[in-house]
Amino acid sequence: MQKRRFMFVAVFVAVLGGLVVPASAEGEQVQVRLQARDADGDRQPVIGVVFSVANEAGETIGAGETDEEGVFLLDVPEAGTYIVTIDPESLPPGIGLVNPDRISNEARVDVGGVGNSLFAVDSEDGVSTTSGSSGISVRRVAQLSADGIKLGLFLGMAAIGLSLIFGTTGLTSFAHSEMMTFGMLTSYFFNYYGLAGFLGFMASWPPPFGGGVNLIFATMISVVLGGAFGYLLDASIFAPLRRRGTSLVAQLVITIGLAIFLRYLFLFLFGGGPRFYAEYTAQSARTYFGLVSLTDKDLIAMGITIAVLVGTGVFLQRTRTGKAMRAIADNRDLAESSGIDVQRVIRLVWVAGGALASLGGTFLGLSENVSWALGFRMLLLIFAGVTLGGLGTAYGALIGCLLVGLGVQLSTLFVPIELKNVGALLVMIVVLMVRPQGILGRAERIG
Amino acid sequence: MVGLTSIVALDMGSVLSASLTQAFGPQAVVFALAAIGLNIHFGYAGLLNFGAIGFLAVGAYGTAIGILSLGLPSGIAILLGLFFALVLGLVLGLPTLRLRADYLAIVTIAAAEIIRLLARSTALRGVTRGAEGLNEWAGGLQSLNPWNGDTVSMGPFTYRGNQVAVVVFGWIAVAIVTYGVYLIMKSPWGRVLKAIREDEDAVRALGKNAYAFKMQALLLGGVIMGFAGFIGAFTNSTVQPDVYVPPITFFMWTALILGGAARVASPVVGAIIFWFLITFFEAFLGDLVADGTIPSTILAPTEVSLVRFLLVGLMLMGLMAFRPQGIFGNREEMALDAR
Repeated sequence: MQKRRFMFVAVFVAVLGGLVVPASAEGEQVQVRLQARDADGDRQPVIGVVFSVANEAGETIGAGETDEEGVFLLDVPEAGTYIVTIDPESLPPGIGLVNPDRISNEARVDVGGVGNSLFAVDSEDGVSTTSGSSGISVRRVAQLSADGIKLGLFLGMAAIGLSLIFGTTGLTSFAHSEMMTFGMLTSYFFNYYGLAGFLGFMASWPPPFGGGVNLIFATMISVVLGGAFGYLLDASIFAPLRRRGTSLVAQLVITIGLAIFLRYLFLFLFGGGPRFYAEYTAQSARTYFGLVSLTDKDLIAMGITIAVLVGTGVFLQRTRTGKAMRAIADNRDLAESSGIDVQRVIRLVWVAGGALASLGGTFLGLSENVSWALGFRMLLLIFAGVTLGGLGTAYGALIGCLLVGLGVQLSTLFVPIELKNVGALLVMIVVLMVRPQGILGRAERIG
Repeated sequence: MVGLTSIVALDMGSVLSASLTQAFGPQAVVFALAAIGLNIHFGYAGLLNFGAIGFLAVGAYGTAIGILSLGLPSGIAILLGLFFALVLGLVLGLPTLRLRADYLAIVTIAAAEIIRLLARSTALRGVTRGAEGLNEWAGGLQSLNPWNGDTVSMGPFTYRGNQVAVVVFGWIAVAIVTYGVYLIMKSPWGRVLKAIREDEDAVRALGKNAYAFKMQALLLGGVIMGFAGFIGAFTNSTVQPDVYVPPITFFMWTALILGGAARVASPVVGAIIFWFLITFFEAFLGDLVADGTIPSTILAPTEVSLVRFLLVGLMLMGLMAFRPQGIFGNREEMALDAR
């Protein structure tokens, strides 16, 4: 069993300037030094961690990352109190904040004085302080593969809806990943607040109306609401557009507008800081076969995902509606002329897509921060997966997303962690060059 | 009652002045140029470029790197930036232009994000200086600024320092480019391009190489966007990766569609109207929040800047659904479809 070692690392915010020369000559600076102890207990600089500095009015006056010595330096205009904020996403893998809610610290900058403040950081293995290539070992490959399969499963579950919507309507929905964010934030909302969160009069009602419920129930609520959200989007926006014969290009641009609107609505409602579910946040990982360490929540989420995916597969293969979905994706006109109610099936695809995306988004929130910005990061990955597998094919979407998940995680063997998504996107571009129809797609006419 | 009216009038005066300044300011110049490029892509050729911001980024980085890392003279460095934009267009067009229209959309949006992530990565820190970006590289060009960094006020317009030069020379450049696009689109080449947008198969049946035409359009628009990127970065003499985030691409789309795609002057008009609307709305809302008409529990002062994103999302949806031809466009020209 892998024990999680906690390392407390101090971040010193020191003020330079004003000691030897007058402050006006050199100017005040804010300095942050970030170090983590490695397995031998030696201090290693943590490189490439992004900090931003704001003045008391909350205006950002600068940002930057720690350099090779783990140091971030910034000139500030005058003495005073500054707020130093760490970007937790820029921390290398295995290193995280002990108190994830506390991403900002005050730094008092006196003329000629020195102030410091602390960010407590924990390090999972005590290693991998620098980003990326810290050697290829069997254990590391196994661990990254497991992480990759996990990511791929969650992405795949969300992407099936995207692929089916494309298959049945021809529309590539850029708003699909916002349905993932919707699910994640809805789960978070019911996990913490319940409906009383915005309907104050319900405060005395039992959960989930008056207060938060266990994440498991919150997830169930969010899946139902995700389906409802998909229904709503189709009923209020896309079905009318289809009826009016709005071109697919126009609909595509509309999905972009919708995505931007939803994304910033989420930011407006939930704020920019990272959040975490109320339960299961600090589970320690178990090691399996001496190779792979996974938390219980990861395993359960992966199990549920596989069950849902098998269920979806059976649904598509065996039920009338599932067959109708595939028939429409295969040849819409033929399906329609053989008596399938195309509009009803499309509506169902949106509902199912919304529910699956909600579940996928909620699960992604288990291992990442619950954040408004999830949607855009995942959008490009699910596009990569769906394109790789073949647009319009449900199983292709799954295979493609698994490959993308594996690719993203395994690429960190060779490239810095901050570039891990770049690899997946590059692969997508290369795939389009050699096999544009994807792995399971049918070749289209190439002009 | 009289007092109230005068206060509102006073507020509106400064709001209007700020909005007009923005509507003809450096941002509007950048957007006008970018929207002209986008108009060639989307309006004339029907190409869905969702990564316009990537072209601006390479144009800006190319120039700054040319000056800082390679020590090129400013003029050559600008050409280097444009060359980068050309190469980006080639790389994006080669795999996608033979495919369905939405593949280009996916690939361009991904490419723009790749560029941003690479630019802010530690791996390329030596060249791009990570998240801080490249600063203080435009000194050589700035020294040519005849206004020498003074603040110039004229009527409702107030511009500071480099902004004056950017506004004056930028709008001249916009006029030249617009006239160039007008000539190109009137030429046989432009007519073939529009025909491809309408019915690619028909054009191919007539023996035209549709792929080559689309590629040329992608490159031409891309280079104009690269130039827009240079101007945007020159205004503050700084290139920072996180300026080039995907939503800005769709700000440009909104500006284009607002004016009406496939018309020569409409991207320019669209950019002006876009910035007027955004600034006006934000300043007005900011005033309402500041004097407490809108309680800060509903909209905190720091959240006012979010409103533009919501607004852009709504505008994009509304325009495409109800008025895809924008203010000046021709509805028939905008009846495009993905293959």
